[in-house]
Amino acid sequence: MTAAPPAAGEQLRYIAGQAADARVNLEIETEGMTLNIGPQHPATHGTLRIVAKLDGEQVIAAEPVMGYMHRGYEKLAEVRTYPQVTTLINRIDWLGSFANEVPFILAAEQLMEVEAPLRAQWIRTALFELSRIANVTLFLGDMAVQVGAITPVFFAFRDREHVLNQIEAATGGRFHPNFDRIGGLKDDLPAGWAAETKQALKKIRNFCDQIEELVEGNEIFQARTRGIGVIPAKVGLGYGLSGANIRASGVDWDLRRDAPCGLVHDQLDWRVWTHPDGDSFARFWVRLQETREATRMVDQLLDGLPPGPIMAKVPRIIKVPAGEAYVETENPLGIMGYYVVSKGDLAPFRVKIRSASFSNVSITPWLLKGVYVPDIITILGSLYFILGDIDR
Amino acid sequence: MTLILAELAWWQQTSIRVVVGLVAVLIPAGTLVYLHLFKLVSFMQSRLGPMEAGPYGSLQLLAEVGKFIQKEDIVPRRADRFVFKAAPFVVLVSTFLLVVVLPGGPDAFFIDNDLGIYLALAVSSVSVIGILMAGWGSASKYSLMGGLRATGQLIAYELPLILAVVGVVIQAETMNMQGIVLAQADGEIFGWGGIGNPFVITQFVGFAVFMIAMQAELTQTPFDMPVAESELVTGYMTEYSGLRFLLFFIGEFATAGVFSAIAAVLFLGGWYVPGLDPADNLFNVLGPVVLMVKIVGLSFLIFWFRFTFPRFREDQLQRLAWKFLIPIALANIVVTGVLKVLV
Repeated sequence: MTAAPPAAGEQLRYIAGQAADARVNLEIETEGMTLNIGPQHPATHGTLRIVAKLDGEQVIAAEPVMGYMHRGYEKLAEVRTYPQVTTLINRIDWLGSFANEVPFILAAEQLMEVEAPLRAQWIRTALFELSRIANVTLFLGDMAVQVGAITPVFFAFRDREHVLNQIEAATGGRFHPNFDRIGGLKDDLPAGWAAETKQALKKIRNFCDQIEELVEGNEIFQARTRGIGVIPAKVGLGYGLSGANIRASGVDWDLRRDAPCGLVHDQLDWRVWTHPDGDSFARFWVRLQETREATRMVDQLLDGLPPGPIMAKVPRIIKVPAGEAYVETENPLGIMGYYVVSKGDLAPFRVKIRSASFSNVSITPWLLKGVYVPDIITILGSLYFILGDIDR
Repeated sequence: MTLILAELAWWQQTSIRVVVGLVAVLIPAGTLVYLHLFKLVSFMQSRLGPMEAGPYGSLQLLAEVGKFIQKEDIVPRRADRFVFKAAPFVVLVSTFLLVVVLPGGPDAFFIDNDLGIYLALAVSSVSVIGILMAGWGSASKYSLMGGLRATGQLIAYELPLILAVVGVVIQAETMNMQGIVLAQADGEIFGWGGIGNPFVITQFVGFAVFMIAMQAELTQTPFDMPVAESELVTGYMTEYSGLRFLLFFIGEFATAGVFSAIAAVLFLGGWYVPGLDPADNLFNVLGPVVLMVKIVGLSFLIFWFRFTFPRFREDQLQRLAWKFLIPIALANIVVTGVLKVLV
């Protein structure tokens, strides 16, 4: 597949053909091939581009090219008031939108030195975990699609709907709730929400069992994912991996437990799941367990929901005092942090967003070296990124 | 059919055969697309599938065909135009040649060939050439990789397919498809002839190997590495659009139907139902219906697997063929041969 002769006449083409034949006859000369995976490719679910240099089907070098979906949120946040920013940052990780708002609001609260009432904190945590479920549920189905089984993703869409319905019932928005406020929440929960949510969680647990049998237990799935894309803990930490990706490499590190700030995870009975292998299967397995764990957490949160107000006393027009704050939380995709610099205006002076997927994808050049083309897809799928979360 | 046809001129016979052949390819293909691809899969995936076109969505396929025919037939600029355009037809030729050996009743067949199954296995390989043509001619890296993978896979799985058939041929003592049906109708299972001898019982190993190899020959999941839509973006079909894509699509499902029919003839007794006299004239009418039911049943298995399993990687499926299926098929031949001589 070399470049064709540039608009050549018959004679030129003949000479080129002869030369090509001579080369092949002298020695079988192979040359590498550059395969562009993306920007428009089903496996990148968005517009990520992977430039892979191949030798046959083996990858010699691969490089992710990001920025096709850059929307400039950090800059846009500077010309919006604090309450308006949440509308923007909802769209960073669009599958677990509510979780995006939380660290930013917490950072703003830190600067303003207000604390949300207890009830607001509990509901915040419940919605935070629900958005994790909504996000990771889709991953569980999508991972199966990446290795060729198309049915599980329909189950994922079916059961994610139950969670989205609950998020919609509470917040009014299915994908972009924009519900979190500095000092609390926009509204209290509607009546009967807790009971309905528990029903939905039961369905999610059923879904997890189903996925366990249909996907995780499948021999072909295991053959495709075990030992593929192994990330040693040291390398993973070096590349700044976080979330389930690093926990699948055996690193017991979860901000919900290790550095709780403003969320009430420390008052719940749950555990952090890790897997020693660090391969694609381990990443799938850890996420599956975390989804179950999240349903358990939401159950406890609903049972222990304290009464009281949902909004602290904050001024009508929010002016954040000058200062700097960095808050990071354990989002569905990994650690997400907001570094907010305020000069005492209506709008933040500077917002730096640390999104999980950007770091998670940055390991691909190291990880894809030497694998085969089908494994590129498995590895990309198991690293689990959302394009909006990479490019912001 | 031969009896009726005997009084007609050669050209009349041929035209009737061509028309019936078209029907025999397209009716099962359409049925499979509607029953399995549209409905069965939808129910598996907790959705309804097409519901609007015709009662219960039954005319959806016509709508799809109409859509594909209207679409622009795009040929990539750097494509090898002739090869690119001819490839879908080469794939279809293989399907249409396959159907001629299928018997639909004691007198309802296209050709009565003593090497029937041999011919079928031979012409089924023609599709490889078409797929390679499509992969090479598209001038696309994804297509090329798909085409090469398909070729490697189809060649690897041809062997277990053929070896699985050998067991049946030993038991039936003929390669004539009609003869194989009659051998099952009149046969006995170790002395018991209650339901004849559908070879699926005595040749169950061969049947399993045949079904797995057939799944691979049809490049259906778990053996769909060549088309791998999440990875190679449907491989050798990537650059095709409009009518030519439709031809590939028809080829895929028609071949699934025809291969199911071959499996039904080899292992399930073809047009025969136990309890009736196989020489009965009734079977000339009933036979095609019985065969169709068996086709639907067997292709159900194909599509069930297709929509349940993830896909093997290229090296894994080669390993499955060479290290697992071929030795099993060979052992099956040995056991069948020994038992044939002893019993």
